[in-house]
Amino acid sequence: MSPPPRPILILFAHPALEKSRVNRVLARKVRDLEGVTFHDLYEAYPAFDIDVAHEQGLLSEHDLIVLQHPFFWYSTPALLKEWEDLVLQHGWAYGSRGTALRGKRVLSVITTGGSEAAYQPGAHNRFTMAQLLAPIEQTARLCGMDYLPPFVVHGTHGMDRQEIERHSSDYLRALVALRDGRLDLEQARAYPRLNTDLDAIIRH
Amino acid sequence: MHAEGFFFQAFVYLAAAVIAVPLAKRLGLGSVLGYLLAGMVIGPFGLGLIGEEGKDVMEFAEFGVVMMLFLIGLELQPALLWRMRGPILGLGGLQVGITAAIIAALAVLAGLPWQGAVAVGMTLALSSTAIVLQTLSEKRLMRTDAGQSAFSVLLFQDIAVIPMLALFPLLAVRAGSGGADFSAASPAGHAAEISGGTALGAEAAHGTNWVEGLAAWEQTLVVLAAVVAIVVAGRYLLRPVFRVIAGTRLRELFTAAALLLVIGIALLMDQVGLSPALGTFLAGVVLANSEYRHELESDIDPFKGLLLAVFFIAVGASVDFNLIQDEPGQIAALVGGLLAVKFAVLYALGRAFRMGLDQNLLFALVLAQGGEFAFVLLTFAAGQRVISPELSGWLIAVVAVSMAITPILLLVNEKLLQPRVGTRERVERAMDEIHEESPVIIAGFGRVGNIVGRFLRANGIRPTVLEYDSDHVEVLRKLGLDVYYGDASRKDLLQAAGAERAKLLIVALDEQERVLGILETVRKHFPHLEVLVRASGRAEAYELLDRGATHVYRETLDSSLRIGVDALRLLGSRAYQAHRAAQTFRHHDEQSVRELGRMRHDRKAYFSAARERIQALEELMLADLRKPTEQRDAGWDTESLREEYGTASS
Repeated sequence: MSPPPRPILILFAHPALEKSRVNRVLARKVRDLEGVTFHDLYEAYPAFDIDVAHEQGLLSEHDLIVLQHPFFWYSTPALLKEWEDLVLQHGWAYGSRGTALRGKRVLSVITTGGSEAAYQPGAHNRFTMAQLLAPIEQTARLCGMDYLPPFVVHGTHGMDRQEIERHSSDYLRALVALRDGRLDLEQARAYPRLNTDLDAIIRH
Repeated sequence: MHAEGFFFQAFVYLAAAVIAVPLAKRLGLGSVLGYLLAGMVIGPFGLGLIGEEGKDVMEFAEFGVVMMLFLIGLELQPALLWRMRGPILGLGGLQVGITAAIIAALAVLAGLPWQGAVAVGMTLALSSTAIVLQTLSEKRLMRTDAGQSAFSVLLFQDIAVIPMLALFPLLAVRAGSGGADFSAASPAGHAAEISGGTALGAEAAHGTNWVEGLAAWEQTLVVLAAVVAIVVAGRYLLRPVFRVIAGTRLRELFTAAALLLVIGIALLMDQVGLSPALGTFLAGVVLANSEYRHELESDIDPFKGLLLAVFFIAVGASVDFNLIQDEPGQIAALVGGLLAVKFAVLYALGRAFRMGLDQNLLFALVLAQGGEFAFVLLTFAAGQRVISPELSGWLIAVVAVSMAITPILLLVNEKLLQPRVGTRERVERAMDEIHEESPVIIAGFGRVGNIVGRFLRANGIRPTVLEYDSDHVEVLRKLGLDVYYGDASRKDLLQAAGAERAKLLIVALDEQERVLGILETVRKHFPHLEVLVRASGRAEAYELLDRGATHVYRETLDSSLRIGVDALRLLGSRAYQAHRAAQTFRHHDEQSVRELGRMRHDRKAYFSAARERIQALEELMLADLRKPTEQRDAGWDTESLREEYGTASS
């Protein structure tokens, strides 16, 4: 018997989706997947008036929280940061009485314009993705959540359709495996990215 | 005609239509076939309720075709017509030319003298505008590839009738048998008999028109002058006239003016020897850009519908069953031959013009019949002794039968052929192929509507605007907006403005009665439309929510809140804090409107309207005092953090 499917909440943040090439394809691939709640933050809160109670309710109902967004100035788009500020309240998400999120998992799904080689010490961006994502990882940890290795699509500027399609298929595959409990998390932590070698970490 | 006789006839026609058409539609046969069958039943060969006068009725009712072409013209802006010139000349020209040549050749083979053969070929090359367009639009096929192409061909045929009429007398002269008649019948004189012309009074038909006896170049000048007059009047004269008439706010007067326009143009065309259908079509095209387009459309449409119905009944009644009974085999062979030749030519042309198989089948079948012009042309040709009266009678029967068969052929196509054709393409063509239609209709272009309209335009969406004040319309048109005159609570006007295909209707009218009327009409006839309604205040918003409006906007809310925000800032609040406070307040206020709106029902019976307003305000202010349930900005508040960690770190 396989374990019961784990419901997934995708918090999607892209302020100009109509101009997106890669994120749009990634999103389209998974938004109707069974067990997935796809939540388009810029569509829900164009005026940044986040409905905190509603967001907290959504978090409670899901087991895996996916933060999908382009990498803007080594961080999230502004609305997702605002979401963190307002929704992850002290006394609810963290602090001595803040236990609502304990035991959940967080996965960052990020697109970057630069190549993977550019995110290395001594290279153009001077830091690795893991280093740059430390604030998000620590936010998850402080709320008692498990931060998975990020799913990163590098080099989107020069990407052709076939490559975009391949990455979105990988994304779908990873989410299905996570949902069905077929992803070897121990094995996954050996790689810098979740999508470094999916064949090595997905059980059949 | 005696009044009693007239009423009896009207009764017979209307009763036949009212009984036969719902039956035909129920059986999936379409209204055209219903009318034709009704005509056969009440005609001289059926119950005999109408006799020979059916022919006169038919000539009168052909005026429906004139109106139909006016309406089609209204939907075709000049630029679009110009874009269609390729299919009209190419497809239409080739269809008429090739079909006429083949039928003429066959007629010569059958032993007709060549002059008669040419006349018969040209006549039978024409198709029935009335049946084709009525059937296509009823089946919603006008916007398909086949529908557009069929329309192009029909338009060319309408134009081609004019040179044909000019040619017939010449053919008679060459045949050497009609010289005496020719002197009394210039081509232009008889053009008047075409398509509704006869309906306009015996005088015109009897040849006392303006161009009688003029030299050919003079006739040409007069014709050109008439066309120019229509274009110039349409552009510069009609709009101010319509504005004055619309200003009276008498609906029937506008209808009368619309009818006057169509009949006037038809008469003028008669006088100069052009087809009235073509003249009104031209007038329609000229007016297609005017603000009165939708109003004209919805005013003329019922007349067109009724006249066409009577026309179809008359065609049904005119099918000569005696002749068919005497020579059923011959008639069947001729009808079959006619349909086969026309179908083959049309199908080959469709292939050459790269139509898909399914579209090509529809295109070729729908145009394969003979047309109503043939009744007039054949009678005319017989009068000119180009062909014998006997042959004329035969061919009229053949054309009538072929027309009656068309709806059945289309039914066969739809039920049997199309399911076997894989490439079924019913995809509508790009919006602007026949007429440009906007996804948004704005009713009322006053204080609110104009801002919404400008905003949409600034973002690349051109809304269709309906406005009831004709002076206002004139000003807005001058500014280059697509504004139309009309009352948006009328179903037919909404329809003319494209409500069936639009996505949104934005209602920004002051008169609440009319707003409620629009809501009712839309819920009943266009339930797919999203309706965005502007409400003046709270009480109106309650009412609109009750009537099923989903998006209600109180015009006072946003500006009041902006004043409130500025007041807070001037009193020392931080800008962002004031902004967030307004967001929270709006959210809260809109929820309470919905809640109080529902509660209001229980109380309505007990309190007067004024009492109710005070009560509602009281409840509202009490609700404001309660702390909003969600603490939206608590994440920025460090109070609880200081409580937990503050003492430890200090």
